[in-house]
Amino acid sequence: MPTFLRYARLKLQNWPDILFRSITRLSAFSVLVLLLAIIVSLVIGSMPAIKAFGFGFLSSTEWDPVTDQFGALVPIVGTLVTSGIALLIAVPVSFGIALFLTELSPRWLRRPLGIAVELLAGIPSIIYGMWGLFVFAPLFGEHIEPWINDNIGVIPVIGPFFSGPPMGIGVLTAGIILAIMVIPFIASVMRDVFEVVPALLKESAYGLGATTWEVMWNVVLPYTKIGVVGGIMLGLGRALGETMAVTFVIGNAHSLNASLLMPGNSISSALANEFNEAVGELYTSALIELGLILFFITFVVLTIARFMLYKLSKREGKVT
Amino acid sequence: MISEKATTPKLVVKDLNFFYGNDRALKDVNLSIPEKMVTAFIGPSGCGKSTLLRTFNRMYELYPKQKATGEILLDGQNLLEKRQDLNTLRAKIGMVFQKPTPFPMSIYDNITFGVKLYENLNQHDMSERVEWALKKAALWNEVKDKLKQSGTGLSGGQQQRLCIARAIAVKPEVLLLDEPTSALDPISTAHIERLVDELKKEFTIVIVTHNMQQAARISDFTAYMYLGELIEFGDTSAVFTNPKRKETEDYITGRFG
Repeated sequence: MPTFLRYARLKLQNWPDILFRSITRLSAFSVLVLLLAIIVSLVIGSMPAIKAFGFGFLSSTEWDPVTDQFGALVPIVGTLVTSGIALLIAVPVSFGIALFLTELSPRWLRRPLGIAVELLAGIPSIIYGMWGLFVFAPLFGEHIEPWINDNIGVIPVIGPFFSGPPMGIGVLTAGIILAIMVIPFIASVMRDVFEVVPALLKESAYGLGATTWEVMWNVVLPYTKIGVVGGIMLGLGRALGETMAVTFVIGNAHSLNASLLMPGNSISSALANEFNEAVGELYTSALIELGLILFFITFVVLTIARFMLYKLSKREGKVT
Repeated sequence: MISEKATTPKLVVKDLNFFYGNDRALKDVNLSIPEKMVTAFIGPSGCGKSTLLRTFNRMYELYPKQKATGEILLDGQNLLEKRQDLNTLRAKIGMVFQKPTPFPMSIYDNITFGVKLYENLNQHDMSERVEWALKKAALWNEVKDKLKQSGTGLSGGQQQRLCIARAIAVKPEVLLLDEPTSALDPISTAHIERLVDELKKEFTIVIVTHNMQQAARISDFTAYMYLGELIEFGDTSAVFTNPKRKETEDYITGRFG
């Protein structure tokens, strides 16, 4: 066979491979394009608000559609605080769930408990919102908030954060509902990564006389830290962007309060509530800018997580 | 059965039976492990040699449905008793496994991990202990300049010596080695074998191996096990050159197993 023919045949055999490579490359790059497109359209959409308010948008608590004065501080704080409360509750609880499921639980209980956790993750957020508003908030306002007022509200320094009218709805309630929503995510990721820790590694820690807690805390957790941080970030991502459930219980008030018992607002619930009735270019634009800020917050959170992992591996001695 | 070598028993096993659920994995094992000697357990896979080793520090208790009956006396104290505190037991009886298992932390922290569980040393004493353990494990010269680096970055043989250093840093009385060289190359294996010879001056060593040459090279006493039974136990040279039982002879001459 002449060389040029053999070459042509080779090329013919190659083309499915080339096609395949192009398609996968296209899929991968489409993610970047999409991301860029979203950022660009958000920036363009928020241009009028950026021009009108500048950086003052970030620090102003004003939100008055009548006079066209907008500031983002209330929803930003609301988003960060509710997500912070959610993680503060969800991370230790999830760690406990995962620890129990992998190390302590009797074998017959593992599957039903594990499935229950996964089912919890599958409940639509609107149901959490309804349950939060109709069941949890009244109970919380009637029985727990008065107790918080009387016992934590009187402590100096942290007291002001925990005193206020026991209405049931508010920033704290939203945080707790969010915690319940992200627990299944964090717990099932933690359980999955704890399960892949080699038995020998755990045995060698037990063999030195370590207790279950010491093995989990000093050996299993460092061994699985990337997965654990990943799970926490997954939960945090959900908490930051969660809309329906938060809208139901946060109170949707554009006012900044020290007290966590008072109603507040979050970025996503402000968007959900107000986009329909937003009239005028500046109002719409201010809402879009809120979206841009949420995008930015998520980006910063992910960067911080990466940085934390880098720091951790440095302390462990992997990076010098 | 115990020969000319002058010995005092460190661990005495009496009528030991072991069960995985309903499977009886050890059958009425009786033997006595001499102090500051190397005792090797040999036998084909599944004969119960690792199971026997794991009863000495009650590692099996991590898993449900495993139980041991009988007695194991450590200096006369039955360690299978319920009231025996597991953490103190494991401080006295250290263990090294088939594969190197460095913890995901620095070399220094790997060594101090076990020590911190039992002793409250100041920084100076702790550093001395780390140096002592690493020197005992013949690893000091290789790692002294990188104690802050991760233990998982070492080579396989170094990792296994790190695990030995970690086990002896606690100053145990007995060291259990469960096929410690099965994942290592010949040079690292030779390193570990030399190390075992050195360590027996201070520790009672029990080693499980399926490498008969290794047992012949490094042990003072050898136990041959088959199907959960202790077939023969005695002076290593006697077991290998003049076995009393036909089964042992078949195994060590390679006619079986």
